[in-house]
Amino acid sequence: MPEFYQYLFSGLTNGAIYAIIALGFSMLFAATDLINFAHGEFVMLGALILVTLWPVMGLPLPLAFVLAVLATGILGIVFERLAIRTVKKPEPIVLVIITVGAGIFLRGVAMIIWGKTAKGAPPFSSMPPIELAGAYLLAQSVWILGIVLATVLAMHFFYKKTLTGKAMSACAINKRAASLLGIATQRMTLLAFAVSAALGGMAGVIIAPITMNEYEMGAILGLKGFCAAMLGGLGNSWGAVVGGFALGIAEAMAVGYVSSSMKDAVAFLLLLLILYVRPTGILGGKAVTRF
Amino acid sequence: MKPILRNILVYGAFIGVVAAYGLLQKSTYYLQLATFVGLNTLLAVGLNMLMGYAGQISLGHAAFYGLGAYVSGMLTVHLGWSPWLTLPCALLAAGAVAFVVGLPTLRLTGYYLAMGTLGFGMIVNILFREFRRFTGGPSGLPGLPELTIGSINLSHGANALFLVWGCVIAAFFICERIVNSRMGRALRAIHYSERAAAAVGVDTASAKLAVFVFAAVLAALAGFLYAHMITFISPGSFNFLASVKLVAMVVIGGMASIWGSLLGASLLTLLPDFLHIFSARNSGLDRTSWCRLPPPEDRMRSIAWAVRTGTVLFSTIILGLSAQASICRAVFSQC
Repeated sequence: MPEFYQYLFSGLTNGAIYAIIALGFSMLFAATDLINFAHGEFVMLGALILVTLWPVMGLPLPLAFVLAVLATGILGIVFERLAIRTVKKPEPIVLVIITVGAGIFLRGVAMIIWGKTAKGAPPFSSMPPIELAGAYLLAQSVWILGIVLATVLAMHFFYKKTLTGKAMSACAINKRAASLLGIATQRMTLLAFAVSAALGGMAGVIIAPITMNEYEMGAILGLKGFCAAMLGGLGNSWGAVVGGFALGIAEAMAVGYVSSSMKDAVAFLLLLLILYVRPTGILGGKAVTRF
Repeated sequence: MKPILRNILVYGAFIGVVAAYGLLQKSTYYLQLATFVGLNTLLAVGLNMLMGYAGQISLGHAAFYGLGAYVSGMLTVHLGWSPWLTLPCALLAAGAVAFVVGLPTLRLTGYYLAMGTLGFGMIVNILFREFRRFTGGPSGLPGLPELTIGSINLSHGANALFLVWGCVIAAFFICERIVNSRMGRALRAIHYSERAAAAVGVDTASAKLAVFVFAAVLAALAGFLYAHMITFISPGSFNFLASVKLVAMVVIGGMASIWGSLLGASLLTLLPDFLHIFSARNSGLDRTSWCRLPPPEDRMRSIAWAVRTGTVLFSTIILGLSAQASICRAVFSQC
């Protein structure tokens, strides 16, 4: 029985990571109808920037955290300006290919800057693992869960209570109508990219202590974040969170009870399942044909 | 010019160029490079039928490439079959998988279809990596037999070139026949508007599935040829990046253009190899370069040589090929 809790804790930790990555995807899709295949690279960049700022350059952790997140946010803006704004015919296939290419480019740049060796980072607090119901929970996992929950609540508050958030929701519902009402849709797109990239960067920052950070780490995380976003319903923020945790727990249970070689396959099997059975996802509404 | 005369001229010229290259080129490096261009063209033309004419995004096409290679590889290595016997098995396996996967997947559209094919491609790649007993796992499956007919070895040098490009020419011919038939018009209608095509009476589901299976079979053929020429296959050659590269070939060469697949495949096969010359730490063999270039002791001299050789070769091949493609397009207006 204690293994079940161990798998559950690991599933919750991974689930939180997938949730925040999926949140970045979903909110960008909601605001701009674009799937950003380069999102995983923002996660990777967040992690590597933190590793450079905190253990290597010795900045205090809160400052390094904020700077890393800001840096990825700014990178998101640059990405939107250079790669997305300049597209003349934004059909899905064109944008998919552009973002895939941008992702590969970012990976190459990261390889040149940080090299090929994996780098580690110390955990945020040096507490020993907490024992709970016979299983151990890493202190970093508590940080991850806490930060993700805080972020999700902050995003919810942003969308529901602030004017900018409501404007972004309006753009997501119908861009033309929003612009008719005086909302600067291009600026909203830029903001959406910045926030999405910053969310990705934050995901990278909080997992930096528990993974080996190197230039390839973003690829599979991005794809799994996708699957999680699809699982919960693309465009739906709470769906992203639900999908993320569902994926994390399903993965941990499959690895624990079936076989560890299935780890990556679970995400894609679930993706195919949800696409065939209910493409709009767990929390998705009626069939959305945004294409 | 009558269509038949046009076709004879175009294909005749194409066969002539390939034959001349194969007979005159003595360096095995460039022969193998040209063979790889042919393999990628085979892959790209199938994908072009799917993406360009039928308009279905597929981000998992390398999975069929890998299926052809692995089915043939496993049958020859583990069961000792002759490679020629495994060819129909590989093609059938890929076709069957494409049929089964295509049925639910092709009902999706846009991003959902892209994600579905992506998921499928990743799952197949994971299967290649994890079923160590059959596929050899991440380190790959070595020791595949070469292709021979009697005493002629078809896995090396000019013979391999002729085999692969022969398949390419046959594939081009078949694709051109399809495009200029009822099926081709139906596909283009589906690409333009699936609902309108359905309203006019086109069986969209079967048409899409048929093209999907066709592209998969062509990819499996390429996989079979690849496996028995390199005699070693590993999952790393058939991953998401490989699928992306194939999509890039189709897009760069020109969607809905058969000769465009040739251009795209040439560019994306030749460019990485030429760019390797510029890598300062060029040592060892890796997936994209089977030729060990000498480390550049004299940096300036080697850069000058690389630029010279690269520019000459690159421009000759690319200009020659793109000239062929654009002449075809301009004069015959049906490529």
